[in-house]
Amino acid sequence: MQSIWKTLKGAPPTAWFGLLVIGLYTVVALFAPLIAPYSETEIAGMEFEPWGGEFWLGTDSLGRDLLSRLVYAARNTVGIAFLTTLLAFLLGGVTGLLAAVLGGWVDQLLSRLVDVMMAIPSLIFALLLLTIVGTNIPNLIVVIAVIDATRVFRLTRAVAMNVVVMDFVEAARLRGEGLGWLIRAEVLPNITAPLIAEFGLRFCFVFLTISALSFLGLGIQPPTADWGSMVRNNATLITFGDITPLLPAGAIALLTVAVNFVVDWMLHRSSGLKD
Amino acid sequence: MIDTAKTTDTTPLLRIRDLHIQGHSDEGWMEIVRGIDLDLYRGEVLGLIGESGAGKSTLGLAAMGFTRDGCRISGGSVEFDGEELTTLSVARRRRLRGSRIAYVAQSAAASFNPAHRLIDQYCETPVQHGVKDRASAQAEAVDLYRRLQLPDPEDIGFRYPHQVSGGQLQRAMTAMAMACQPDLIIFDEPTTALDVTTQIEVLAAIRDVVAQFGTAAIYISHDLAVVAQMADRIMVLLNGERVEQADTRTMLDTPREAYTKTLWAVRSFRASAKPPVEADAVPVIRVSEVSASYGKVPVLEGVSFDIHRGRTVAVVGESGSGKTTVARCITGLLPPRAGVIEFNGEPLPPALKRRSKEQLRQNQMIYQMADTALNPRQRVADIIGRPLEFYLGLRGGARRERVRELLSAIELEPDTFIDRYPGELSGGQKQRIGIARCLAAEPSFIICDEVTSALDQIVAEGVLRLLDRLQKEFSLAYLFITHDLATVRAIADEVVVMQHGRVVEQGSKTGMFRPPHHPYTELLLSSVPEMDPDWLDRVLAERIDAAD
Repeated sequence: MQSIWKTLKGAPPTAWFGLLVIGLYTVVALFAPLIAPYSETEIAGMEFEPWGGEFWLGTDSLGRDLLSRLVYAARNTVGIAFLTTLLAFLLGGVTGLLAAVLGGWVDQLLSRLVDVMMAIPSLIFALLLLTIVGTNIPNLIVVIAVIDATRVFRLTRAVAMNVVVMDFVEAARLRGEGLGWLIRAEVLPNITAPLIAEFGLRFCFVFLTISALSFLGLGIQPPTADWGSMVRNNATLITFGDITPLLPAGAIALLTVAVNFVVDWMLHRSSGLKD
Repeated sequence: MIDTAKTTDTTPLLRIRDLHIQGHSDEGWMEIVRGIDLDLYRGEVLGLIGESGAGKSTLGLAAMGFTRDGCRISGGSVEFDGEELTTLSVARRRRLRGSRIAYVAQSAAASFNPAHRLIDQYCETPVQHGVKDRASAQAEAVDLYRRLQLPDPEDIGFRYPHQVSGGQLQRAMTAMAMACQPDLIIFDEPTTALDVTTQIEVLAAIRDVVAQFGTAAIYISHDLAVVAQMADRIMVLLNGERVEQADTRTMLDTPREAYTKTLWAVRSFRASAKPPVEADAVPVIRVSEVSASYGKVPVLEGVSFDIHRGRTVAVVGESGSGKTTVARCITGLLPPRAGVIEFNGEPLPPALKRRSKEQLRQNQMIYQMADTALNPRQRVADIIGRPLEFYLGLRGGARRERVRELLSAIELEPDTFIDRYPGELSGGQKQRIGIARCLAAEPSFIICDEVTSALDQIVAEGVLRLLDRLQKEFSLAYLFITHDLATVRAIADEVVVMQHGRVVEQGSKTGMFRPPHHPYTELLLSSVPEMDPDWLDRVLAERIDAAD
């Protein structure tokens, strides 16, 4: 506990800012029902009410409170993005480790498969898959996780390869250790730093993909609130000089920047560079 | 010869006074160099000797007014030809470096840019400094390549670094350092990474060219015998302080300080002779007619030898001779193309996966680079404890108790070391942990792959003594892979000399070091530097005689 505090104290202001923002988002997402004045789908007022008064940030085209929807969207968008990233890491991480440790035809097969999948532009691939399997939240999670797992696979395989060639892995092989031990005890502890950093970055990309898909109408479906579709639904307001559609967009941007600050700091630490 | 006269200038070219250099670590600033004085006169070669961490390289770099990242000069002065380097502006200092002071690094392969041809990299410095135009620099490069006895001097410059051998690359780098005819060159272990047979050529080339140009040089090495050939004067360093300095001959004949004497005595260790093997004894390991290849490239041809209980067989040869491949065949990492490996009279399955746990337990391996042989994320207790758990089923308290016993057996204090990570150990300690990990399996046969070559001589000797003691205690059989004949002399009972994947000579150690030799063994033996300043001249003269 003390060492965690010590590391945090040495963090640059950018990392502090990032951590603070992530913490704030987490609190908002967890306690959304307590924070939001109205429910996610409740039609509380007239359409397009202006800022101020009963509705701090006005209402949308159906008369739902925008602040409440912003708060609930944190839960939906961020939660789904987190789950998706986790799944992508499980898939990509395990296959990447298998490819690195086993080598040979397993590596060839997995790597070529990933090459093929990466050759298709990811947004188009996602649109294609979603139109085939249908748009709902579990499908969304699985499709984006599978697509992003290819990137995780690449990274995991590359960093694990650097460890697999080390003598201590050979020593473990000569000892007769099984695959599980090689992965769990010898390789994985030595590649956690880059993987954690990648987790942060990947989370940003997943999150942006979900927002982009929602904006295109194939992501999270109404009436569930999410930032991507909120930008789209209120987009026309911008032509009247109203900055409301920029709020969900800003929420996306702020979280992305915050996560990147933290990841930068973690990458810097794991690289062992000084200044 | 252009200028062999060593000027009797009374003002030193390089004058270092009370130099202090600090290095940054987690605990703050630590002194690496503590108040060293040094004078170097024109045309003189000074040898710097010491273990790793003694501050040799730091001092060498400081002679250029340079410190590595995370280091700073905290006091004292470095005066080069009347100019104070520590306070000189960056631009002025840059003008000195390369043109008047040059540096030759340990690993030429890592210091050349792989994307440019040798001669382009040669010409860069003089052209940059405006000393010469490109055409004359090229012509000079060829001349220097010839002086350094590089093959095909006209054309070798037009090759890329990966197209020439390590020894040639090291000489090309020396040529580069000479490009602007500097007054001072710093050689930082230029031959440490080379085979003995290559080393001798590089040493001779460097020495001649330095003498021809009358360049002053600082020659840094941990190998005394090498420094004895190169230096006019030797300075011994320990923990950033000067132990003593004297003329090479005086220093070799009558060292004054106790530390210097231990350095000098370091190669005196000899394992005691063992009784001859009984005629009907079954060897622990029998390698018979083993051939192996990587893909279609053959690397081993019909290699055979026996290793008996409690005895050591050393496999000697240059890099690329197939020494390590033999070990890979025995361990099962590389199933041989032909031939059989027997363990206690039973043939071992060629592939690792087909071997039983018991067979794996009996055959253990110690690695050259202890750094990469220990998992940096595991504590000593887990590194040594894993084979105990895996082979012998020891757990919890019993496992920890056995780890403590093993730590005592390798002469490390259990309480201090049991919970450390490899990053918190020195090179010698790491190697000892590697040994303990093997012992934990209670094997009857251990492969030692260049186990001492990454260690300082004093530390290496400690490891050899330990291995010898353990061999007696547990009747272990060793296969000792090495390129260092001093190690062979110290520990081997039998020797196998390999070249190009074949055994060229094999037999008992005493026989091996006594003539007549196979020509290759002769070459290997005569290339090992001796602690005699006349050795290099003598060997070169002998070789010329033999060639005539």
